Amino acid sequence: MSPTELRVEDSWASLRRYTDARIALGRAGASLPTRELLGFRLAHAAARDAVLAELDADSLAQGMAEPGLGLARLRSRCGSKAEYLQRPDLGRRLCDQSRSTLEALAPSSGCDLAIVVADGLSSAAVERQALPLLSALLPLAAGLKLGPLCLATRARVALSDEIGSLLGAKAVLILIGERPGLSSPDSLGAYLTFEPSPGTTDERRNCVSNIRPAGLPIASAASKLDYLVRESLRRGLSGVGLKDEQGALGTSSTLVVEERV
Amino acid sequence: MSYSATVGSVTYRFDDLKALLAAATPERSGDLLAGVAAGSAEERAAAQYALADLPLKAFLDDLVIPYEEDEVTRVIVDGLDYMAFAEVSSLTVGDFREWLLSDSTSGADIARISPGLMPEMAAAVSKIMRAQDLITAARKVRVRTAFRDSIGLPGRLSIRLQPNHPTDDPRGVAASIVDGLLYGAGDAVIGINPAGDNIDSVTRLLRMLDDIISGHGIPTQSCVLTHVTTTIEAIERGAPVDLVFQSIAGTQKANESFGVSASILEEGRAAALSLGRGTVGRNVMYFETGQGSALSAGANHGVDQQTVEARCYGFARAFEPLLVNTVVGFIGPEYLYDGKQIIRAGLEDHFCGKLLGLPMGVDICYTNHANADQDDMDILLASLAAAGVTYIMGVPGADDIMLNYQSTSFHDGLNARRLFGLRPAPEFEAWLRDLGLVDEDLTPRPLAGAERLLSGALAL
Repeated sequence: MSPTELRVEDSWASLRRYTDARIALGRAGASLPTRELLGFRLAHAAARDAVLAELDADSLAQGMAEPGLGLARLRSRCGSKAEYLQRPDLGRRLCDQSRSTLEALAPSSGCDLAIVVADGLSSAAVERQALPLLSALLPLAAGLKLGPLCLATRARVALSDEIGSLLGAKAVLILIGERPGLSSPDSLGAYLTFEPSPGTTDERRNCVSNIRPAGLPIASAASKLDYLVRESLRRGLSGVGLKDEQGALGTSSTLVVEERV
Repeated sequence: MSYSATVGSVTYRFDDLKALLAAATPERSGDLLAGVAAGSAEERAAAQYALADLPLKAFLDDLVIPYEEDEVTRVIVDGLDYMAFAEVSSLTVGDFREWLLSDSTSGADIARISPGLMPEMAAAVSKIMRAQDLITAARKVRVRTAFRDSIGLPGRLSIRLQPNHPTDDPRGVAASIVDGLLYGAGDAVIGINPAGDNIDSVTRLLRMLDDIISGHGIPTQSCVLTHVTTTIEAIERGAPVDLVFQSIAGTQKANESFGVSASILEEGRAAALSLGRGTVGRNVMYFETGQGSALSAGANHGVDQQTVEARCYGFARAFEPLLVNTVVGFIGPEYLYDGKQIIRAGLEDHFCGKLLGLPMGVDICYTNHANADQDDMDILLASLAAAGVTYIMGVPGADDIMLNYQSTSFHDGLNARRLFGLRPAPEFEAWLRDLGLVDEDLTPRPLAGAERLLSGALAL
């Protein structure tokens, strides 16, 4: 029997053009062909690596120092990745040292917007998308009083509440690695919260998700965020009340969502 | 009332029944997060001794969440059949495990006492059972439901076809449906998790599914998994709704965070029944559950996550659902850390659901931040197939590109059916065979009949 006879191709392979779902994979018996099996493993490996890899914070810090806004390096209370994955409560709180760092750096009269970059559930997302997004976003934020840029590790979305509150920020924006999908290991999410304070609930946040070249491109993400930030500051709110009221945000990628990181 | 167990010179005390249940639960991250887990392995083992000695009757007196405070408790207690309970009322939890496993206890015996069981009794006995016990006892129980085909018959394994698409694109959804049908999936339901849950996009998907199902005479049912109130609105607008979906939880407070109550579910059920769309049965509800959801909503009342999960089933049975499944590994590692914890939880949930009389399926799944992989899912699938699971999910290539998690694939379903000699629902199997889509051993035969499906899908 020749190797090609061991595999049965599915005759409906032409349907693949309609979806990215893994359809018409063919089969060996009732099992996957070898190339499909290995393709799945490779995708899962990339996703696992994105979750477990430590963020290359030093390189990122270099890039974040360039705009000259000041930089705070922060950590949550999670001591390890394993603890981070099992204790979201600890990932939402700053360690004592980070609190002191931030208190020393806080502008005395507060700021309009604090921006936090955080590893979350995908270091790869932050390493690939965070600096390009900042570069696109900062020029749009001209005219706003920005706090020092913050780089936080082992962080959950709600860590931004404590950070924003310590900096006296009217609003806080956190750019954070999203839970990786099999075909999207490097997707960045951005969560905006007006009047951040510990204990803020998710319906008070706006989210722009799936920020990556193959998802929501950097430039579109930056303009959506710029719109959200300005509207939030102008109207004094974020979350459910700030939903796509002008149709400016498109439908699928900007939603008020449950916290996913 | 407090409980205690002594091991050597150490006496472990448990303040009340919920503390005892929590301490007796096999280790999982969600109970550690909640601060209710046993403090040591020995304390856990001691708690299991104390739990095994507890009379089943004790659960009738010591409610883990008070009747006055919680609607789920009220639905459970008000629905209890005390005559059915009488048969096992003299047993302890430890005796009850042996009764379930006994040579002389049949599935019909278990079905007879089931309406008399509180979910906390099911949770308790599951905590002292091994995985093998959970499989062996669950296998005895058959729960039959029906709408356009018959779910849960002996020798059958049904599959929900889950053709999700990140933008709900009709052709993208249809392409996944064709792929699934040709692999024999879809007899439990063709169920879409919509990307957008506004009424217009939900209605559009409902019409599309109805066109496919009625256009090809497929003996199955459709569902767009959106909030019950959206489905009720869709029915009012004349949309072709087969099943009413809702995520439910095991406490009133958690259900409130989902925006549901018994009366809203009853309203949804009545609305779907009024359409009279079932042909061989009248089960119109589809529920999803999962350990950890109550804690996630800050609504667990200090009860361990597996006991809360069993309470979902006690709540669900009041609505005579066609399908119930636990989305066991979806919630993430803060509740179920790794493959071992997901496997154990999947077997517990299936067992408790069956014991409480539900048509129990399992979404055998994991996220990428959990320490689990396909090998773990293979083991859970084989274990559940052995346990007689009512249905599993069918997702193209096991990769849900909308929800970003991994479940079981169409291949996995076919493989499990072949390994365990299981068939699709009889009406659905007859349709597959009549159209020449599969041969005798369920192998896809993508020839004559497939052409019609293909052209139908492409015309969308």
